[in-house]
Amino acid sequence: MIPNVKDDEVDAFYEKLKKQAESVGYHLNPDVKFTKELLRSILINEKRYGYGACPCRLASGEKTEDRDIICPCDYRDPDLDEYGTCYCGLYVSGEILKGKKLTSIPERRPSPEERASVEKSVEAPSVLKFPVWRCKVCGYLCARDKPPESCPICKVSKERFERFI
Amino acid sequence: MPMQHVDGENKGKLVLYALSTCGWCKKTRMLLEESGTEYEYIYVDLLEDDELKEIVEQIKKWNPSLSFPTLVVNDEIAIVGFKEDEIRRVIK
Repeated sequence: MIPNVKDDEVDAFYEKLKKQAESVGYHLNPDVKFTKELLRSILINEKRYGYGACPCRLASGEKTEDRDIICPCDYRDPDLDEYGTCYCGLYVSGEILKGKKLTSIPERRPSPEERASVEKSVEAPSVLKFPVWRCKVCGYLCARDKPPESCPICKVSKERFERFI
Repeated sequence: MPMQHVDGENKGKLVLYALSTCGWCKKTRMLLEESGTEYEYIYVDLLEDDELKEIVEQIKKWNPSLSFPTLVVNDEIAIVGFKEDEIRRVIK
């Protein structure tokens, strides 16, 4: 059944996320009621699945299968570029913020079959002193032995990085 | 099958596949309910095991990308996503 999430948990999450998003150039949907409902849903998913899966997609319950849809998802930035909003309408572009009407957008996440086939990319030979890691959420790159504990730009965890070079 | 029935004016057979956590699914339900339309809905994220598998297969017939909301109208067409204008045309 659906776990209980208290209003003050949602309010605290909203304040924290809004501050963090604005500080790195992202915007939450200005429709606060709608936004807080989505945040409540992410907290529900954290409690029932153990990770904050996208509330607008069907989670599998297996974290390794759903890494790409842990909010913020891997598809947020391309969707912001193309449609001015993420799939859920949680993150929006500056244009939407100024009052452009928001509506639901097509699903960018590949089907399970497609996801399974692109997972294995060939590792390029490298003469670099360090490997380069790329944050799959925001594109941040860094050259070091391992990816950072969390992305310094968008704050997602280490497991969202891929080896880039 | 745990389809939830919502009473209202019959405007054809409307079956809404939704997630209990999804914002656009909520908007779709609100639109149907504000217009006093009769419909059925199911929250797919609350299903388990065989029931989940069965419903997922049903949805894939209409919408292979298995995204939500999926509103099936008269067993004929599926409206995928909160497409307000399309939904309004169905329930006017």
